[in-house]
Amino acid sequence: MKNYNVSQLTLVLASAWLLGVAGCSSPSSTTAEGRDGGFLQVGNGDEPQELDPQVVTGVPEHRICGALFEGLVNLDPETLAPMPGAAASWTVSDDGTLYRFQLRPEGRWSNGDPVTAGDFVYAWQRILSPGLASEYGYMLWCIKNARAYNEGLLTDFSQVGVRALDDLELEVTLEHPTAYFLSMQVHSSWYPVHRATIERIGAMDERGTKWTQPGNHVGNGAFMLKEWYPNKVITVVRNPYYWNAAEVRLPGVSFHPINDLLTEERNFRRGRLHLTENVPVNKIEVYQREHPEQLHIDPYLGTYFYRLNVTRPPFDDVRVRRAFAMALDRETLVNKVVKGGRQAAYHFTPPDTAGYTCAATIPYDVEEARRLLAEAGYPNGESFPQVELLYNTSENHKLIAAAVQQMWKESLNVEVGLLNQDWKVYLASMQNLDYGMARSGWIADVVDPINFLECFTTGNGNNRTGYSSAAYDDLITQAAREADPATRRGLFQQAEALLMADAPLVPIYFYTRVYLMSPKVKGWHSNPLGYIPFKDLYLDGGT
Amino acid sequence: MARFALRRVLEFVPVLLVIVTVTFFLVRLAPGGPFDTEKAVSAEVRQKLEETYHLDAPLAAQYVEYLTGLAHGDLGPSMKKPSRSVAEWIWLRFPVSLELGVYALLVALGIGLVAGVVASWRPNSWTDYLPMSLAMVGICVPSFVLGPLLVLVFSLWLGWLPVSGWDAPADKILPALTLGAAYAAYVARLSRGGMLEVLSQDFIRTARAKGASEARVLVRHALRGSVQPVVAFLGPAAAGLLSGSFVVETIFQVPGLGREFVQAAFNRDYTMILGTVLFFATLILLFNLIVDVGQAWLDPRARYE
Repeated sequence: MKNYNVSQLTLVLASAWLLGVAGCSSPSSTTAEGRDGGFLQVGNGDEPQELDPQVVTGVPEHRICGALFEGLVNLDPETLAPMPGAAASWTVSDDGTLYRFQLRPEGRWSNGDPVTAGDFVYAWQRILSPGLASEYGYMLWCIKNARAYNEGLLTDFSQVGVRALDDLELEVTLEHPTAYFLSMQVHSSWYPVHRATIERIGAMDERGTKWTQPGNHVGNGAFMLKEWYPNKVITVVRNPYYWNAAEVRLPGVSFHPINDLLTEERNFRRGRLHLTENVPVNKIEVYQREHPEQLHIDPYLGTYFYRLNVTRPPFDDVRVRRAFAMALDRETLVNKVVKGGRQAAYHFTPPDTAGYTCAATIPYDVEEARRLLAEAGYPNGESFPQVELLYNTSENHKLIAAAVQQMWKESLNVEVGLLNQDWKVYLASMQNLDYGMARSGWIADVVDPINFLECFTTGNGNNRTGYSSAAYDDLITQAAREADPATRRGLFQQAEALLMADAPLVPIYFYTRVYLMSPKVKGWHSNPLGYIPFKDLYLDGGT
Repeated sequence: MARFALRRVLEFVPVLLVIVTVTFFLVRLAPGGPFDTEKAVSAEVRQKLEETYHLDAPLAAQYVEYLTGLAHGDLGPSMKKPSRSVAEWIWLRFPVSLELGVYALLVALGIGLVAGVVASWRPNSWTDYLPMSLAMVGICVPSFVLGPLLVLVFSLWLGWLPVSGWDAPADKILPALTLGAAYAAYVARLSRGGMLEVLSQDFIRTARAKGASEARVLVRHALRGSVQPVVAFLGPAAAGLLSGSFVVETIFQVPGLGREFVQAAFNRDYTMILGTVLFFATLILLFNLIVDVGQAWLDPRARYE
């Protein structure tokens, strides 16, 4: 029997407690005002990695940057037509390669400094600097000599096609006419940055300096950064210096990084979020039945598809690839398995992308698929080699893969194995062409068919199938340089018809964006880019 | 006593070195790297990014560089969240995990001790079976089931408590309960066992013979003798509570270090993985040390083992 007394034990416990309390100096400020002061509460998916518009890559970051910065041009949230932003007006030369932007004389940074044409030149030089290694630098390659500068082949930035004619006039010379140049301006890679702020804290091409922290951050958007508490909340408040501040009705927006769909939905149900990033699949029907006014399903510019590795058997044979693409009952898939109003995809580019809808399709034709497979040497699926369908770990991908596996078994009598890998392993397998079939998705950065179709040009980093066709590459190159919209669409038609005939991919469905939104949110317009202009929103009954 | 503690602290060095080495090479062996993304980046950008973080150097050189930094107390920059260094991230996030851990420990002790004492009062009666069955359930139900269940009842049906978050005191109740429940169950079983052992001793019979009330016998005389197994359990429990709260942090969106660690692993944020592993390892070693020192203090025989 060991001898010790309660007071000693109490001491041990008390010191453990003190240790705890001493370490618990967590800031207790935050969202009290956010919750009560008429702030819009947004579920924003993953925790942002950065708030530097020239460094960020993800959707959550882009959304916040869109509130903190403003590009030359805004988009009409309904039609996505270009509207004046930081620039009040602009002119385009007849050949479509020279743009002149007139900036607003009343444009101000959130510290009161005027927004000048030089700020745009500085920002664009920054993102193109090889030293910054921006993953989105290529977005600016349509500017004359931008690519050479970005790749370090050219060191003199004055040869790149952008210059400030004076404080309020910006001239941009493009490599060739680029139909989507204006609509690209809402992407954060084009936003201006405040030179003095960046250089006060670090070098121009230095990543991860503290200039994006609250207190340092300076932007030119309708909102400014008030608080960034990692994995908890990012709060932005109305920017009094914004040129159109009088029209901004929300006092602020709180972005909550909630990457667990179920937690996000529970928060929405308790009224702690006005807007969610996503909806759990099994909740879609519940909301459709009980709260249809809260469930929103918008078209989204993206395609869910399977890549086929054309560099190794059996998918090196186009007949096998086409057979697999034809033998899928996509209508059943989207109605019974995927849900959320997805549209079955029989081609790659989503319909009506900047006025283009692909005419060539991969039909649902089991007879023809079986004939093709027999022709390739596998009558009734006999002696078909073992192939695996690779997908990254996710319940939804698994569900779809299992359904597709069953369909191929029934229609072609082939066994397809399922293989799931953790995200980074999956990316590495695709990059190294170490797979047979792989699930993929592509979400457009800009509203233009080329954003989809250039993925499958030879050697493109997003190709990842080994597919290479000189004829296809040629059509895409022509389309990239073509100014006339109708001719351009014709080139896309030819290119995509070729792509569907060669079938290095199996389109499955076109994405929709499914989210929950409180009926209190007003001023909302849905659009296929998932573009949310927070400055136009307000809360019913809010301040 | 001081020499005993010092010797134990010196033993940390080789243990941590092994942990760092194994972790360093394991994360590099895992397929995929911090800069693999769904949308391809150009070769130049990738190369530049790797240069920035010295990932282009030979692995051995990177290892030596990391150890050199470590010797100077530098955990390096975060590769995926570059706005702060790894040390800053840990400093920012750990207090939250610590706070959650302390609350959970209080839950574990508070509920566990009461349940254990009640159960030992009349062994093999319903006052024994009920808390012990509940303890069994507490041990068996994983936190990813218990958490959402508690949210369903207390947040969505009754509307008493928030669904998630980490602001108001009310936010902290459900995460602490969820994390503490399994430990409370262990504490209940341990303290019941301890109580039963002590209650069969002579001095308890003496106390009863002298006419002490049953409550006084249980709390005043038996309890203090029965908590020893619980004290021994506190070290591993505290370390487990502080480092094992990832699931709970995710369910309740608690901005703690556990969540950061798992995100880093998924992102292949090499420096962040190493930093957090090293930190948690140190923490666990430290808690074991505290328990050993505490036991040595309570029982001098342990000092010489």
